[in-house]
Amino acid sequence: MGAQKKRAAAAAAAARVSEDPDDLARQPLQAILLADSFTTKFRPITLERPKVLLPLVNVPMINYTLAWLEAAGVAEVFVFCCAHSKQVIDYLENSEWFSQPNFTVKTIESHNIISAGDALRLIYEQNVIHGDFVLISGDTVSNMSLTQALQEHKERKKKDNNAVMTMIIKKSKPSPITRQSRLGTDELFMAIDPNTKQLLYYEDKADHSKGTICLDKMLLAENPSISLHNDKQDCYIDICSPEVLSLFTDNFDYQHLRRHFVKGLLLDDIMGYKIFTHEIHSSYAARIDNYRSYDIVSKDIIQRWTYPYVPDVKFCGNRATKLERRGMYRALEIEQSRSAQVGSFTVIGYGTKIGSNSKISDSVIGEGCTIGSNVLIEGSYIWDNVIIEDGCELRHVIVCDGVIMKAGAVLKPGVVLSFKVVIGERFVVPAYSKVSLLQQPTVHDSDEELEYADNSSGTVEFSSIQGTADQSNGEMTSESSEAHKPKLGTGGVGYIWSICEGGQEEEWRHSVAPIPEDKLTELSEAMDDDQELVTQDRTALSTSGELISDSNASEGDDNEDSKDDSVYFEKEVEATFLRAVEENVKVDHVILEVNSLRLSYNMTSADCAGAVFYSMMKLAIKTPHSSAIGLLTLYPSPFSMVASNAYPIYLSGELQQNTANIITTWQKLLKSYLLEIDEEIEIILKFEEMCLESAKEFSPLFARILHILYDKDILQEDAILRWADEKEGADESDKVFVRQSEKFIQWLREASEEED
Amino acid sequence: MPDTQALVNDFLNKLKKLKIEGSQATARQNAELLRSVISQQRVPYTNQAGALIDAVKAVGEQLIAANPVELAVGNIVRRVLHIIREEDLSLTTAAIGGLNLSAVSDDENDDDRDGDSTLSAAAVAAAARSTLRPPSLQTLLEDTPVSAAVPQTSSSGGDSEGKSKSADKSSRSRKLKHDVIEAVNEQIADIVICHEQIAEQAVEHIHQNEVILTLGSSRTVLEFLFAAKEKKRSFRVFVAEGAPRYQGHLLAKELVARGLQTTLITDSAVFAMISRVNMVIVGAHAVMANGGVIAPVGMNLVALAAQKHAVPFVVLAGSHKLCPLYPHNPEVLLNELRSPSELLDFGEFSDCMDFGSGSGSPLLHVVNPAFDYVPPKLVSLFITDAGGHNPSYMYRLIADYYSADDLVVQRRATAGN
Repeated sequence: MGAQKKRAAAAAAAARVSEDPDDLARQPLQAILLADSFTTKFRPITLERPKVLLPLVNVPMINYTLAWLEAAGVAEVFVFCCAHSKQVIDYLENSEWFSQPNFTVKTIESHNIISAGDALRLIYEQNVIHGDFVLISGDTVSNMSLTQALQEHKERKKKDNNAVMTMIIKKSKPSPITRQSRLGTDELFMAIDPNTKQLLYYEDKADHSKGTICLDKMLLAENPSISLHNDKQDCYIDICSPEVLSLFTDNFDYQHLRRHFVKGLLLDDIMGYKIFTHEIHSSYAARIDNYRSYDIVSKDIIQRWTYPYVPDVKFCGNRATKLERRGMYRALEIEQSRSAQVGSFTVIGYGTKIGSNSKISDSVIGEGCTIGSNVLIEGSYIWDNVIIEDGCELRHVIVCDGVIMKAGAVLKPGVVLSFKVVIGERFVVPAYSKVSLLQQPTVHDSDEELEYADNSSGTVEFSSIQGTADQSNGEMTSESSEAHKPKLGTGGVGYIWSICEGGQEEEWRHSVAPIPEDKLTELSEAMDDDQELVTQDRTALSTSGELISDSNASEGDDNEDSKDDSVYFEKEVEATFLRAVEENVKVDHVILEVNSLRLSYNMTSADCAGAVFYSMMKLAIKTPHSSAIGLLTLYPSPFSMVASNAYPIYLSGELQQNTANIITTWQKLLKSYLLEIDEEIEIILKFEEMCLESAKEFSPLFARILHILYDKDILQEDAILRWADEKEGADESDKVFVRQSEKFIQWLREASEEED
Repeated sequence: MPDTQALVNDFLNKLKKLKIEGSQATARQNAELLRSVISQQRVPYTNQAGALIDAVKAVGEQLIAANPVELAVGNIVRRVLHIIREEDLSLTTAAIGGLNLSAVSDDENDDDRDGDSTLSAAAVAAAARSTLRPPSLQTLLEDTPVSAAVPQTSSSGGDSEGKSKSADKSSRSRKLKHDVIEAVNEQIADIVICHEQIAEQAVEHIHQNEVILTLGSSRTVLEFLFAAKEKKRSFRVFVAEGAPRYQGHLLAKELVARGLQTTLITDSAVFAMISRVNMVIVGAHAVMANGGVIAPVGMNLVALAAQKHAVPFVVLAGSHKLCPLYPHNPEVLLNELRSPSELLDFGEFSDCMDFGSGSGSPLLHVVNPAFDYVPPKLVSLFITDAGGHNPSYMYRLIADYYSADDLVVQRRATAGN
């Protein structure tokens, strides 16, 4: 009986095992393709045509995504159309995608959707997704095989119901200088459990100025090992379980897939949902996010990393193109002058004409273009039916359909010409400018929600403006001579958009043009400076750390952490002190306040002494000199800017007087922190440092002020002598002030000997 | 005929997206597709052969354009066209023969020949002779009479037709289609069993204690070696791994699984090892009309090494790989450049391909060609399913398989566009 039961159980288990592959086969894989990126990075082009229909090496982007989905074994794709949905649907209807066997494409249209989150919520309501699905946006190029990733996802899901998503990543090193990936996106930090491949941390907007990233301590507590990567590229291909959709519905504030959803899941451990990663090695995957990635992915395609999705393979009804030597792709019926030079890694579309002595390299030329003679085209993307007249120069630009460039026009690197723009004769379009027939939307909104609304209004506007443009060029030119519009040369049509959002500074990061040489050197210098600064800080820190270590040995260990604190502390003390001077607060109260600061910042009394002394000295400089010409007051606060040798010597008496006054007034405050000789030495060192760096005015007065301090009983002779002894072994440069006060020290020594 | 159209589209899709691996599978599926095209094609009253040829050509154009690298597609299209012509010819000959025998009873039925009903017997004989194929070298060598060159089925069918009844039009048209389909079926069977037919000849070429060198992986070579092994020949095989796809590894595995003594070497070690080799046996992607071979990359290197050391270089190819075109023909796409990711890992080299800095064009180019061209003078022997041949004999073999009218299927295509 028992044996029978066991056998039955075994049979059932076997049945279950055998069922699983069936399951895989029976349940057709579905995919959601977002045909809208919900961003504005491709403006002004995307005002007139949706991003997914922009040609990438002469094939609309969405074709790469659909071809890959089909090859990867996806049976049903829901194309979510939003901005310009009509165009997307029309395109798909006329394409061959609707007539493929074993591959259905369905469109979902909506106009009031403003984010990926909303789109997924809508799809959830429609209840069309039944199993695991692939979430992808229509601007992704890939040739990876989904089988393994899908298998892993399903197995994980079986073991742990909370494993809702598998994110595809790929190794790609970011540039150390620009802090961005080769695709022009910001450096991405990911923490991944090396064993389970679980994603633990995701940060694509790390603050590089700070130079630090923060990991939750709990991460380390819960996971025995974490590998933190900055050389992984997010491919924006996700394999999701149906729960993802309901999660979006539950959390109605999730908008952005990564910023809200992924980070939300990672932070929120109430539900315990987990995200895993799958790294691909030999296959290719990349998303076109900005103009730079458009450029990079185009070049990857031309270099055949995306094989078989390359121009000479007809993966989606593209025109027959032949690959010739040195990576030159040419379609049929091209008219090329014998003297024209077409360089390597260039794609030339069907029916294009190229005039004599023109030079083309590293570029993509669309269909039906007419290129005159003596034209120079370098690293540019020229779409269909563009007319470029004789002698034009184009370097690293994007030129959309129907643009006309009159003879001798020049496009500087990074220019984007939107549809049907006309550039006048010999007009030079400045670098990184964007030219469109449409006027730049005047209301600038950083809020994503409004961006879409803007998009739609842009389309409406387009139709009207295009009308006027078609009516007569003359009208447009007369219009364009109005004050508020920059002209595009004689006969030019279009508006140059003013560069917005961070201006020129950020523009080069995402443009099609390679990063200019000077920018790179500038950046690398800045980086060197940064590093120097850091090392400087370290050395400064270690000297002070040395001192502290006498009183508190353990302090030295976490110097790095306390570095920031000590700077803040100094500032706080200075502020307190200045307020006290202004409002005539009693010395006792100031002591109390500084003490509380000391406690809250966990500082030693030596630090307090240093900070207080520092504040006093600053005050001494700042105090307006009664009779002086006031050269100093011309430079109120940044003392360091004033070169010390330019400093008129007759002010030094004044300054000395001031200092003496302040020290007498506030000596009680200072004394309350000078409990031991160490603190006194700290003060001398601090003073020395000030004289060298932040307040060079004092450097000629060093010995005298030292004397004042001695006179007022703030410094004991022991401290001064010990300081002098310590400096004995130091560098020559360090000894400047010891020299200066040599007489005084000599005097002190003699005095003490006499006493003895 | 939505049915055929769907089939054609499906196959086109597969071809375009490179979903079919191997020229044998391509050839077989292609022949099957053409068979269904022929069977679905409605044949008009007159000029049936012409209609069939047009139908096949129309489909063939698309197929050839879909993946110009896979020459087997074009070969099969041309072969089927040739079959149609042959069958038509043999039927005509038979009909003429029938006319000769029973000229009186036939003349009102034979539409084609209506105007020529007064033909003299001599004229008919001359016409029949002129339409017959020129005798091939093979048939001459085999010492068979010229009439036997006409395929068996059709000649007997023609006889029976001529004798049994006054040739009914509809039955005759059905007859042509039927014969063509029969012949295509034979063709398909030939493609399917080509490995075995080639392998049968293995014992004649591989001798005891020999050392055989091969490159990459080819099913034909595998079967060939295995057939020799079956016949109790003991020999050793050197396998060059065939970078960057390393299919040699798979071949070595298979050979070992079948009990053959195998040595795996790198491609670059071929020259060092060649002096110990008695014979090089390799597969091919296509054999051109001049006897040149399009073969996996690295083959030219092996062929040159073999020539240097006077080692016979033997190429195995099923007859569907015989291409009637010459390699210098601009319509022949000799090579295919595959993804660079087969050579190197993208992640490791991603910083070399940062186009964002510098001049914007990458300093690193990766070229990964799939094929090599081996000139005919380096090839010692071709072994096809029809036997062993010298490279200089290839044109003759091709003349047997293809008719000269069909060599330019593609030119019509481009002109049509």
